[in-house]
Amino acid sequence: MTTGMAIDIRDLSLTFETADGPVYALSKANLAVKPGEFVSFIGPSGCGKTTLLRVIADLEKPTSGSITVNGVTPEAARLGRQYGYVFQAPALYPWRNAEANVMLPLEVFGYTRDERQERAKRYLAMVNLSGFEKKYPWQLSGGMQQRVSIARALSFEPALLLMDEPFGALDEIVRDRLNEQLLQLWAETRKTVIFVTHSIPEAVFLSTRIVVMSPRPGRIIDIIDCDLGEKRTLDIRETPEFLKIAHRVREGLRAGHSYDD
Amino acid sequence: MTERIGTASRVILRGGEGAFVPVVTLTALILVVWYLACPPMNAVLPQLANVQGLGERYLVAWGLERPVLPAPHQVIVELYNSTLGTRLFRQTAEGMVLNPRNLLFHAWVTLSATLVGFAIGALLGIGLAIAIVHSRVLQKSLMPWIIASQTIPILAIAPIIIVALGSIGLTGLIPKSIISAYLSFFPITIGMVKGFSSADSMQLDLMRTYNASRSVTFTKLRWPAALPFLFASLKVSISISLVGAIVGELPTGAQAGLGARLLSGSYYGQTVQIWSALFMAAILAALLLALVSLAERLTLKAMGARR
Repeated sequence: MTTGMAIDIRDLSLTFETADGPVYALSKANLAVKPGEFVSFIGPSGCGKTTLLRVIADLEKPTSGSITVNGVTPEAARLGRQYGYVFQAPALYPWRNAEANVMLPLEVFGYTRDERQERAKRYLAMVNLSGFEKKYPWQLSGGMQQRVSIARALSFEPALLLMDEPFGALDEIVRDRLNEQLLQLWAETRKTVIFVTHSIPEAVFLSTRIVVMSPRPGRIIDIIDCDLGEKRTLDIRETPEFLKIAHRVREGLRAGHSYDD
Repeated sequence: MTERIGTASRVILRGGEGAFVPVVTLTALILVVWYLACPPMNAVLPQLANVQGLGERYLVAWGLERPVLPAPHQVIVELYNSTLGTRLFRQTAEGMVLNPRNLLFHAWVTLSATLVGFAIGALLGIGLAIAIVHSRVLQKSLMPWIIASQTIPILAIAPIIIVALGSIGLTGLIPKSIISAYLSFFPITIGMVKGFSSADSMQLDLMRTYNASRSVTFTKLRWPAALPFLFASLKVSISISLVGAIVGELPTGAQAGLGARLLSGSYYGQTVQIWSALFMAAILAALLLALVSLAERLTLKAMGARR
């Protein structure tokens, strides 16, 4: 099933067996993502957006359906180190400074010392953290820590970047700045990005497509094209096009909720 | 720069106000209670039977030759006489050896057994914790035995170990070290099982996304995450190691070591000797603890801990 798609998901379901009975985290999800796309998953908590991301990352196994990542199974993609994962929290190792945290995957993958140092420097510069190489996580702000974790995910140059609400814990001002920087990064690197969020403006601002999801059972209820052009600035959020797409996302989220309130 | 100096001096001052005064106060309080307790504690002795005046009772009680409770200065004097006041080496047919009349000789005998026992206990404790963390089967099967091992009174099992090892020709340092290790591995196993499991699920998932092997996950994540737990456990177990070594010297009629000093002191009613051996044990424990704390500070500092 090689399709030339970065991600190809067909009829994917995942059920967790718990003591209180089965939880239908994902139900019959279908999605195809082309290389170079920036796709956001949006929905309320419990809608399966993080679960879907974890299935793509081979951190969860689906119950049924099929999925390929870069044309292979998620497990093969994981074993081939084809994606970088950014968690909800920075998940930095506190005994390593910023540079050593970025070098962690490079050490695991057996890069040479020179290569590790060169890449740590380069990717910390890419997330605007030059000069902070020797700082330990506790010496960095929350936003800086998350940027280090993004540099860490980029350091081994995976084709695919999986981001699980990376800016969810940050305040709005920092989040806006990081959104701009992420968009710039995406324009520079042309990676495929899957981005989980529960913020409508964030999803519309960043994405080329938005996947709207709803809970119980977790499922995809709408996929919205979001063609706001290459060069976006934060001002774009005042434009009618932006508001129109945001409105459609909100409608979708509301529809998903209508029957269980 | 000036700010840094200011901070440093403030820390020293705060340390002075924060620690020095309470420690001195408490020590003084203990000494006062101790001195006051001497006459009533020694009232059974004939030397005090006919002494009536209160001041005189104190003077007599503080200078007894074989008191039930010696006065602090008697213990200090005995400590001095039996260490710095006695020759450390003596000439024998085999050359210069440590002098068994010197308390430092006994302290060294016990210390060496403590250190070997502590090393065995630490390695065993860490090894067991690694096994337990990586295998559910081992966790289920080992844990009950590990806990049961600590419910047996050490005074009951120490002679058995000494006799059993003696029958296969192991005497002296090794049996004592094994008793010491028997006691000291336990806090390390418990602490390190906790420590190796202390990495959070995101930090572990991160290693999974890298397809990292168990050994890589261990060296890059579990081990460094466990180090604060390791030092907490080592601090508990180093003092237990010392207790274990002393206990190992009690049942055998050993000729050397602080345990032997305690035992011979009680045979001959030499309470001052017993107390000075106890003080020496306490000094050793404090020194060992200080060494572990120093290692902890240096290690955690090198790991970028918040200062």
